[in-house]
Amino acid sequence: MDTLISEYETKLNTTVSGKEEEEANSIFRIEDLNVYAGEQHILKNINLTIPRNKITVLLGPSGCGKTTLLKSMNRLTDLYKELVVSGNIFIENDEILHTNKNVPLIRQKMGLLSQKPYPLPVSIYKNVAYGIKLKGVKNKKLLDFNVEKKLREVGLWNEVKDRLHHSAECLSIGQQQRLCLARGLAVKPRIILADEPTSALDPVSSKIIETLFRDLKKHYTIILVTHVMRQAQRLADHVVFMNYGEIIEQGHPNDVFKNPTTPQMKEYMIEGN
Amino acid sequence: MNKRKRFEESFFKILSGFAGFSLIAILGFIILIIFIKGFNALSLDMIIKTPKGGYYYGGEGGILNAIIGSLYIAFGATFIAILLGMPAALYINVHLVRYKRTQNTIRYFLDALWGIPSIVYGAFGFTLMLALGLNASLLAGIITVALLITPILIRTFDEVLSTIPKGLHEAALALGSTRTEMAFKVMMKQGFSGFITAVLLAFGRGIGDAASVLFTAGYTDLIPTNLDEPAATLPLAIFFQLSSPIPEVRERAYAAAIILTVIILIISLSARGFSKKMARKINK
Repeated sequence: MDTLISEYETKLNTTVSGKEEEEANSIFRIEDLNVYAGEQHILKNINLTIPRNKITVLLGPSGCGKTTLLKSMNRLTDLYKELVVSGNIFIENDEILHTNKNVPLIRQKMGLLSQKPYPLPVSIYKNVAYGIKLKGVKNKKLLDFNVEKKLREVGLWNEVKDRLHHSAECLSIGQQQRLCLARGLAVKPRIILADEPTSALDPVSSKIIETLFRDLKKHYTIILVTHVMRQAQRLADHVVFMNYGEIIEQGHPNDVFKNPTTPQMKEYMIEGN
Repeated sequence: MNKRKRFEESFFKILSGFAGFSLIAILGFIILIIFIKGFNALSLDMIIKTPKGGYYYGGEGGILNAIIGSLYIAFGATFIAILLGMPAALYINVHLVRYKRTQNTIRYFLDALWGIPSIVYGAFGFTLMLALGLNASLLAGIITVALLITPILIRTFDEVLSTIPKGLHEAALALGSTRTEMAFKVMMKQGFSGFITAVLLAFGRGIGDAASVLFTAGYTDLIPTNLDEPAATLPLAIFFQLSSPIPEVRERAYAAAIILTVIILIISLSARGFSKKMARKINK
């Protein structure tokens, strides 16, 4: 079993990592990113460095471009013909925006958690195993091991261990969101992209997700989109405040939240609190 | 709630209730009339025997030839339509998802094809049959009915696929799926029960259409054993018997209509049962 697991880890790591540990502190670098939808300039000259193993919070009012920025990071903007994207995005010095490299492989470097959970129309087990199978892992023992591991990682194992082969749709919305997180983690991403992942959840489920994020940042870089000021204050290690498609202010939460320098940030903080 | 709102509420409740129940009543009335007019002529012989000499003048026999012919044509045409329709619908919803204008143009043409009267398909099928050097046969009937139901099937598959949330597409792609993997491992599973409904709709249209097979499938008292042999169909059997001046034969036409209705009902119920069973299996 141990040999199998080690083979699996090697397999995942060889497919996932481009260059190991090249930059110590940053994992994502965005340079001069612009996104247009026809005449509309959605993202304006975004320059951003995302620190490794931290929670970076993209904060800002609805419609300010946070989600578009997040979707640019894993090339989901490719799905929208109306979006014209220019600039560069680097993951550990590998340019991902204009490369002809395998886009599914690029996406596997990032787990995505959307506003509303979207469990696949299969069982709980198959949801988690889905991404692992895509990587070519077929061994049943390995799949079982990893499904259990990832479900434990998101604190869902004890709740679902007796109904692994039931439809994922029978779970509560909070459980579904954790399942989606487990599913994303199963492909061994480096980064978790979370687009307002608690907006559809009740306070208890939201708290569970927030606690999970705090634990997960030891192993993953988390980019969290939110417009909830208090959530940003609770979770952020690095804050990026956006407004009308621009980064208005960014930095350590102590600086940004305690001494906001721009009037937009000050106003947002007053309204948000 | 003020008086005006209460009136509005009651008025629309009564109006929509009336519309709903009228529809059920009309359907019930159609079935009732068919049963009243055809029940006496219904016999086991009708479904287990082929017509004997003089059947259409009130002689002995049944319409097994038409039952089998109709099933052959409807199943064959539905099979071809699925083979053509599923990839087409997936193409529209997976690969053309970024090209809204192309998507809408294709949908417009499919809707136009859906609206063309079946007699036009019959005429086209007849021309095609002559061009291909075919006789009026089971194959020509299958091809013509397939042409008739393929646009219906593509558009209904398309409707099912387009209701799948974009978030689910993104979730599957974000896990590293290719578009093809997303289409087959996620979208097909998500839309499965909708696809069954679409197939039933197309099958129902295929088995019940007379005009498209009028020139193409021919008519025979025998059960076809080859694709190039003519095939009788239930709608034509009903048509021919209903045109008869003999009252007994006209009664048999209604009995044939009962058989056609029951066949559709059985296939519909079993397909829905199968769909539920499969959906449970897929979800596991």
